[in-house]
Amino acid sequence: MGRPRLTPTDLAAAPAPPPAAAAKPSRPARPITDVVGLGRPRAVAFVAPALALIGVFLVFPAVWTLYIGVTNYRLTGAAAKAPSFVGVDNYRTALSDPAFYHSLWLTLIFVLGSAAIGQNVLGLGLAWVLRQANRWVRRLIESLVLLAWILPSSVVAFLWIALLDRDAGTVNELLGHTPGGTPWLVAYPMTSIVVFNIWRGTAFSMMLYSAALSSVPPSHLETARLAGSSTAQTLRDVVLPHIRRYAVTNTLLITLWTFNDFTPFLLTAGGPNHRSEVAPVYIYNTAIIGGQMGYSGAISLIVLLINLLLALVYLRAGRARSRS
Amino acid sequence: MRRSTWRGRTALAVVALTTLAGTAGCLGKSSNSDSARNSDAKDFTVTIGDNAISGGKNAQGADWITNWVIPHFVADEKAKGRTAHVKFQGSGAADEDYKAKVALDLKTGSGPDLYSIDGIWLGEFADAGYIKPLADLVGKASADGWDGWAQIPPAVQQAFSYKGTRYGVSQGTDGRVIFFNKKLFAQAGLSADWQPKSWDDIIAAGQTLKAKVPGVTPIQLNAGTAMGEATTAQAVLPLLVGTGKELYANGKWQGNTQAVRDMLGMYQQIYKGGLGDPVLQEDAKGRDKSFAEFAAGKIGMLFESDYLWRGVIDPTNGIDKMPTRDADVGYALIPAQKPGSGVHGQQYVSISGGGGWIVNPATKYPQQTWELLQLLSSKDATIAFLGNKAQITERQDVNSQVLANDPMLTFVSQKVLPLTTFRPGFAVYPQVSQALEQATLDVVEGKTPEQAAATYQSTIEPLVGGTAKVDSN
Repeated sequence: MGRPRLTPTDLAAAPAPPPAAAAKPSRPARPITDVVGLGRPRAVAFVAPALALIGVFLVFPAVWTLYIGVTNYRLTGAAAKAPSFVGVDNYRTALSDPAFYHSLWLTLIFVLGSAAIGQNVLGLGLAWVLRQANRWVRRLIESLVLLAWILPSSVVAFLWIALLDRDAGTVNELLGHTPGGTPWLVAYPMTSIVVFNIWRGTAFSMMLYSAALSSVPPSHLETARLAGSSTAQTLRDVVLPHIRRYAVTNTLLITLWTFNDFTPFLLTAGGPNHRSEVAPVYIYNTAIIGGQMGYSGAISLIVLLINLLLALVYLRAGRARSRS
Repeated sequence: MRRSTWRGRTALAVVALTTLAGTAGCLGKSSNSDSARNSDAKDFTVTIGDNAISGGKNAQGADWITNWVIPHFVADEKAKGRTAHVKFQGSGAADEDYKAKVALDLKTGSGPDLYSIDGIWLGEFADAGYIKPLADLVGKASADGWDGWAQIPPAVQQAFSYKGTRYGVSQGTDGRVIFFNKKLFAQAGLSADWQPKSWDDIIAAGQTLKAKVPGVTPIQLNAGTAMGEATTAQAVLPLLVGTGKELYANGKWQGNTQAVRDMLGMYQQIYKGGLGDPVLQEDAKGRDKSFAEFAAGKIGMLFESDYLWRGVIDPTNGIDKMPTRDADVGYALIPAQKPGSGVHGQQYVSISGGGGWIVNPATKYPQQTWELLQLLSSKDATIAFLGNKAQITERQDVNSQVLANDPMLTFVSQKVLPLTTFRPGFAVYPQVSQALEQATLDVVEGKTPEQAAATYQSTIEPLVGGTAKVDSN
């Protein structure tokens, strides 16, 4: 993934390129890269806008985070005016901060429960079942699932609060427990946000798996059926080998999204008493409510590294599987 | 391929380092200030920002700005031959969220020209350089020359001063009391003129309510971090001064002291004794819900400032209108822990704060904004703000005229304000306040006052400057 990217970077970052003639003979084995015949200057001009955008919106914020992470910068107070350099203090504090580990643990539960397992399994299940369903039933269910995905987070959060409220919530109303029913978001904060996120994000997995399932040759399914294999056996031995790479891609994408998902904040704001404070919410609460910008910068960088690590693991896994 | 890769990496490193060097100077920039800039503009636009919104939070203030302040200001400016455009940027968010928004606006040199903020944020905003002394913004002669200062008592001006310098103009002040529902009290056989003389009296009344009026929450004493500053200001500090100690005195903050443990002990009695609703304290919208429940007659006693009376349960424009407010809601002074154990040996205690207005240093029109602020704080404007209601305003000429309209506010102004205490206006205060909120939450969740107080002390020590700045015994 990193390799092809180096070419444009290389091109852009060399405003005064060495004479091409001098470079070329030293690399006889180099494949011809300039297939369109743009020439270096025009190629640079071609990628410059994209690189500028990446620089402004990706590289700069990352470097900025790195920078404030080594200061005691605060949102307000004297340290906002003249922050001082504190070196790796923030990182040292973060790595010995139980609240930070707690938020990572909650994030792990949230990601595994709602994305890696919840959305994946439900998405595949829906795609599998709807494959043979009546066209209208399929359209209807797909639309409903998609609706959960495309509605704005704030609207959806409001609906869920109304659903789970203790005194006037729909769930308690249905159970006949009003007034004084279960305060779902307070009593079961993690379960609530996991279920919420499964509901919210299954659409993507469902669509991806629908497409993936159509790549399974019908003749294979037919053969399996004639051989008398059960649904579970068919899924395991016929379908999964075909959609394995889709599954890896899907899991990678939804894991990273979910890892960085801020929507749980709209439901529980990390509470009660930090019990649903997943990493992004922890960072927000530390930075904006607690005002500790420098410290939260350090945490953000650690979270960024964890994200990169996750992506690498998945890519390795994907590559290994496609090779075998 | 090898060499090309290396060149790419070097280039990337160079870019990163340049960006780093470029950003290094960006934190904590200062802006130039010419107090006379654009003062002769014939056509200008200024914006007012407030945590108030028509039909929602602080609706009275939002409607007043839109219907009175803006038209009057535009007319005044027209008389001077200038065309003014005034916009109102309302908001109906929780106080902590509004504060974050204002801090980010001011930090980036954007946002409305005139801001409503809580006086307790003044210190940290001033230290950050987000706000400037009024004299620096509009010129000393202009800032000191306003005739309104003569009407605002020095103590109230203090609420919008930091280190002896005026940063803005206060708008009103308040006092904390215990509100109680007379109807529920009557059902429990308690007097409509109830006035507790100690914390034990509060607990006793709570137990009576619990025994005789099932289905209601006897006491709402704000706790926990979800309520934010409302926990500290409405509950923790009034209890703390009732033990005879102020949060900050003689250069030291209260740490793991008997006073703090007693205060937390009161929480334990209420929340472990089934006299309060722990779930409400942990709900992200707990404070709003507690208001709604009080208005619906489901809470016996509620510790709040007079804001509850005029802003929340007001029968005509409150958030949670309570048509029977005048008949059903009683109010009592907050007693000290034991008679005479309060700060300065008082029998009753309270805590006061208040909001006000500051000029955004990034404004394009400092003089015009200051004129707008003067109009907004004028006698006529203040009277218009009150309408037919009363509130303790910053202006004595208005107070003497309007407070007679409202017995509750007369009570606050005559009985509560003389014995009140103000919160310590230090930049570090909000962080100490958060630690106190966490301590109350710990107790609500089952820790002992001793454990919670110990954690609290270890949290604030590094914040306030080490063990030497913390009182613990």
